[in-house]
Amino acid sequence: MAQASTDAVATAEPLRGAPPESQGGRWGSYAMAAAFLGPAAVFLLVWVVYPIVHTTYRSFFDRSGNEFVGLENYQTLFSDDTLLTAIKNNALWVAFVPAFVTAIGLVFAVLTERVRFSVAFKTVVFMPMAISLFAAGVIWRVMYEKDPDRGAVNAGIAIVKDAVDPPGVLSTARPSTEVLTGTPQGGLELTTPVGSGDVSLLGLTGIPASDVPDDAVDAVVPEALAGGITGVVWRDFRPGGGEAGVVEEGELGLPRVVVELRGEAGAALAETRTEPDGTFAFEDVEPGEYRVAIGPETFASPFDGVSWLGPKLITPAIMIAYIWVWAGFAMVVIAAGLSAIPRDLLEAARTDGANEWQVFRRITVPLLAPVLTVVFITMIIYVLKVFDIVISIAPGSVQDNANVIALAMWRTSFGGVNDFGLGSAIAVFLFLLVIPVLAVNIRRFRREV
Amino acid sequence: MATATAEAAGPVVIPESRTAKIVAIVGKTPVYVTIAVLGLLWLVPTFGLLLTSLIIPARVQSAGWWEALTEPSLLTIENYRQVLENEAITSAIWTTLWISIGATILPIIVAALAGYAFAWLEFPGRDWLFLGVVAMLVVPIQMALIPIFSLYNDLGIFDTILGLVLFHTAFGLPFAIFLLRSFFIGIPKDLIEAARIDGASEIRIFARVILPLGLPAVASLAIFQFLWVWNDLLVALTFGRETQPITVAIFSQLRQFGANIELIAPAAFLSLAIPLVVFFAFQRYFVQGLLAGSVK
Repeated sequence: MAQASTDAVATAEPLRGAPPESQGGRWGSYAMAAAFLGPAAVFLLVWVVYPIVHTTYRSFFDRSGNEFVGLENYQTLFSDDTLLTAIKNNALWVAFVPAFVTAIGLVFAVLTERVRFSVAFKTVVFMPMAISLFAAGVIWRVMYEKDPDRGAVNAGIAIVKDAVDPPGVLSTARPSTEVLTGTPQGGLELTTPVGSGDVSLLGLTGIPASDVPDDAVDAVVPEALAGGITGVVWRDFRPGGGEAGVVEEGELGLPRVVVELRGEAGAALAETRTEPDGTFAFEDVEPGEYRVAIGPETFASPFDGVSWLGPKLITPAIMIAYIWVWAGFAMVVIAAGLSAIPRDLLEAARTDGANEWQVFRRITVPLLAPVLTVVFITMIIYVLKVFDIVISIAPGSVQDNANVIALAMWRTSFGGVNDFGLGSAIAVFLFLLVIPVLAVNIRRFRREV
Repeated sequence: MATATAEAAGPVVIPESRTAKIVAIVGKTPVYVTIAVLGLLWLVPTFGLLLTSLIIPARVQSAGWWEALTEPSLLTIENYRQVLENEAITSAIWTTLWISIGATILPIIVAALAGYAFAWLEFPGRDWLFLGVVAMLVVPIQMALIPIFSLYNDLGIFDTILGLVLFHTAFGLPFAIFLLRSFFIGIPKDLIEAARIDGASEIRIFARVILPLGLPAVASLAIFQFLWVWNDLLVALTFGRETQPITVAIFSQLRQFGANIELIAPAAFLSLAIPLVVFFAFQRYFVQGLLAGSVK
């Protein structure tokens, strides 16, 4: 901090003239330099240097600005829960995001090297860089909607989950009469035992019309089957009422319901699914007593979406969106570095029998190290200051959980709290965090000059 | 990918032959498939916002945007008509445009002058001063918000386009000076010496030699600065109330996110359409600028 401000304050120096030992003709050229630098000096002094001094000074005063409070604001910064969350979250950002962005950029750059259509791919990946982080936030807020019917991320997860673990046909159904007992988790079982040749009636109710599968037709009572057990699962309800436990005209069969045939011990011996009219049949049943039950799968609730914008996942969710934006930057910078690597070197290694992984690991990556460092450091600076995308993705109710230092500074100073003392302290803290990175940059720069 | 390239490059003796080409293409199929999948994945979010912005108001609350792919009757431009009739949004777009144009031209002029001085004029402490400018590259905007907020209130330019332009100019300068100086310094010394011997004044050299030669750098910078200002939220949110650029206008709608998605989605898409047009039109300069000064 001190270093930056002294450097910057020095900007004013040449405006006032040159050292006394200069020759007469030089005065003119110094005045010329002052004229060229003047406008920039004014802007930088008023909008950058003066604020650095003022904010630092202000951070030692209370909210009103009248009372000197020493380091009290800084104590608050490290004891207030919301602010500690912000610091912790920013640490997570620094720990994960620069590494991910650099790694993904490296993979993309290597993947697209000397491949046709790579320009199209690079354009697509780089495109998010042109739009605002704020707009990117709106884009991802649409993606992250919790309802799998509306949020694309959850819709994608729902497709995978439904393939692995399909949802039940009827998640809200319950028995229509007391002949069926049990819970949705264990399946609903007929209280009376059945044997071969019996017909079981499994009536369900509490099913909204919209949940009845489209292919359902009127329920029918199947005929008894010699040596088998038949039955029907139906929606024991029709407009106007009807009699419970009786299959009546206009009541629909429930297709694709899992029906289990259970033995004495309650274990499922066989399983079948109902037809569009609700009927099912177990053929070739050994003589004996059985129970018929509707399997618990039938009642499994459908996937209702991961709560990406909830308090637990909000920070990783925002990080994913941020990586989506910045991967293109890393890719382009690294690709430029990659194209500067001498081809001969790689070819020589291949001729010597190195495989592609060895070439990548032992030659490409070490030669790219300076470029990778630039990308990584740049990302650290940006990630420390992350603001727009957090405030746009995180709904107001979870902004405390998603908090980062830059957001905390703004919310404290302008977002309703309006404590300029504490806000200044947070700003100074943020500035102190970027100074080590700044020092690295300056050292690198001086080496180049 | 690794094995594919190895096979393609290794055993094939004559790379020009047709077989070799086929082998190379077939061998790279996994790479093409990966690239295609990743490319689609990267495109989905933006495309999703576009479709969301086009879904009929009656269904936008219930339908996922992908349903429009199979049910084109869900699509309409009605939402955009509504947004363009919305006074708050249209005036915000104009405000954004004026701020962006002002805050692009002004810093370029100021930075070109300073960049020339740092590159080609002799004066004491030049390198130290320039180092100071480089140091300012990373100063967080947060450091300036509170003092400038008070200053603008005192000066009476709070909540004005002028105030926003001046702020963006100042914070755009370090990068602009850095970029232009490194470009100017690459201009052949002979050219400038020759002009000096011919008796040209520094201003004349600057206007007739440096600026025309530095045009590509100026173009890169202009695109960067324009996009940076257009995309800003933090500065506008702090120094604007009635003077709202588009990001702030949409931001003030976010509170009811979901209920007003038929307004937010098209407005957000409009706000990013202009940067996208600029980006696609001047992609080359954009990438050059990025590579020239990848630290801001």
